[in-house]
Amino acid sequence: MTRISISRVFKRYPGGHEALADISLDVEAGEMLFITGHSGAGKSTLLKLMAAIERPTAGSVIVNGQNVGTLRARGIPFLRRNFGLVFQDHKLLFDRNAFENVMLPLDIAGFDRREGARRARAALDKVGLLHREKAPPITLSGGEQQRLCIARAIVHRPTILLADEPTGNLDPKYASEIGMLFRDFNQVGVTVVLATHDPRLAAQLQPRQIEIRSGRIIT
Amino acid sequence: MRGWFASHRRTLFGALSRIITSPLANLLNIAVIGIALALPLGLHVMIINLQDLARNFSPHPQISIFLVRNAGEGQARAIGQRLRAHAGITGYRFVPRTQALADLQSRSGLGDVIAGLRENPLPDAYVVNAEKRTAPDLQALRAEFSRWPGVAEVHVDSDWARRLDSMLALGRIAVLMLGSALGLALIATTFNTIRLQILTQRDEIDVVRLIGATDAYVQRPFLYFGSMIGTAGGLMAWMMIWIGLQAFHIQLLPLADLYGIPVQLAHLDGIDSAYAILFAAGLGWCGAWLSVRRHIKT
Repeated sequence: MTRISISRVFKRYPGGHEALADISLDVEAGEMLFITGHSGAGKSTLLKLMAAIERPTAGSVIVNGQNVGTLRARGIPFLRRNFGLVFQDHKLLFDRNAFENVMLPLDIAGFDRREGARRARAALDKVGLLHREKAPPITLSGGEQQRLCIARAIVHRPTILLADEPTGNLDPKYASEIGMLFRDFNQVGVTVVLATHDPRLAAQLQPRQIEIRSGRIIT
Repeated sequence: MRGWFASHRRTLFGALSRIITSPLANLLNIAVIGIALALPLGLHVMIINLQDLARNFSPHPQISIFLVRNAGEGQARAIGQRLRAHAGITGYRFVPRTQALADLQSRSGLGDVIAGLRENPLPDAYVVNAEKRTAPDLQALRAEFSRWPGVAEVHVDSDWARRLDSMLALGRIAVLMLGSALGLALIATTFNTIRLQILTQRDEIDVVRLIGATDAYVQRPFLYFGSMIGTAGGLMAWMMIWIGLQAFHIQLLPLADLYGIPVQLAHLDGIDSAYAILFAAGLGWCGAWLSVRRHIKT
């Protein structure tokens, strides 16, 4: 089954900069895919198209059978709930503790609070942060913040995990820990798409890889 | 469904705690709203009280019916009979022209002048007490009496009450205009308050939208906040008017004693108070909605 199907996609920003040109790509359910390339090559843009953060200028992006390009605005939040998003800059909310950050996607989806709390703790446990559940994110190290972001991304059991440079600022030990996490999720059937230019991570996980250069897939 | 309610409850308490955690800024906002509402509401309360007062001042409005100068005894008696049969009056009194002249002579101090008159210039008259006291009822009676044969003129001694009524009607229009203008000001105030809040929470809003929050979810805390600020402003306006009324009351008591009128200043009744506060909450909601909508669209 195909989770994400991208065909003949172009993305041109106002002002004429062409971020992506003629991209075609299928991601199968349960697959792990690495998108590599230099910064500015278009990796992040490709991820943003998948999560309907950006819309393609031309071509189609189909996620779980839904065409993202023609999706109405009110449908987008529900499409996004299929995804777990991991950001390089974590995008944690600093006005609440680790536990509440992880609760957020469940709260948004209208989950029962008690069942939600159970799941949130399970997710925190999975990334090894259960003992820090009361901690404000600002007191966590860079690696811990990234793991917290991952816990938030997986707590609502998404079918697809999208991660943009998840090990970008981390030292090798932390990076390898996070690599293991992604492998674990992939092994339980989650589709994982990762944009990275970290060769260690690829060597560790041995995923399918595509490389983007100047907005085009070259391998 | 339970999750939905719980989520609303959490948002409600979240908004409450936001008001409590920065009390000064929010208190100032609430004060602005309270004052803006207290002006038209206070004026409205004043008009209500003036109306009551006017009713107390003219307990027995009288209508004077003046007959034509050459009315004979027969015509005067016929009018007396019609008055006796009339359902809308509680009593009447006949004042013959000779008696009227005598009264005038003795009371006005113009005795010499009047004595020099060759004939009595005054007509016969009836003084009538009407059953109903409102201005429209009195005007209807006046029109009816005027049409009777032998009647030259009808005076209602509560003309001033009618004038007061039309002045109060003007006042009510003023309340409406003031209310609309200050209602807009209230919307603008909450609009701005919420806009500032959105600016400080822009990152948070972007993040929750990235992880699947609907517009309704994003708007909810702001709408709650706006309604609460509005409600608090409404309550404040109500309190301000209450305090104002107490102060007035103390000042009015000696005056009222002097005139022997019972003075009871009334605040808005329960239902009107509820409407006023709901209205304030609605305006707050409106300002918040406009503000947060504008942010979401861009």
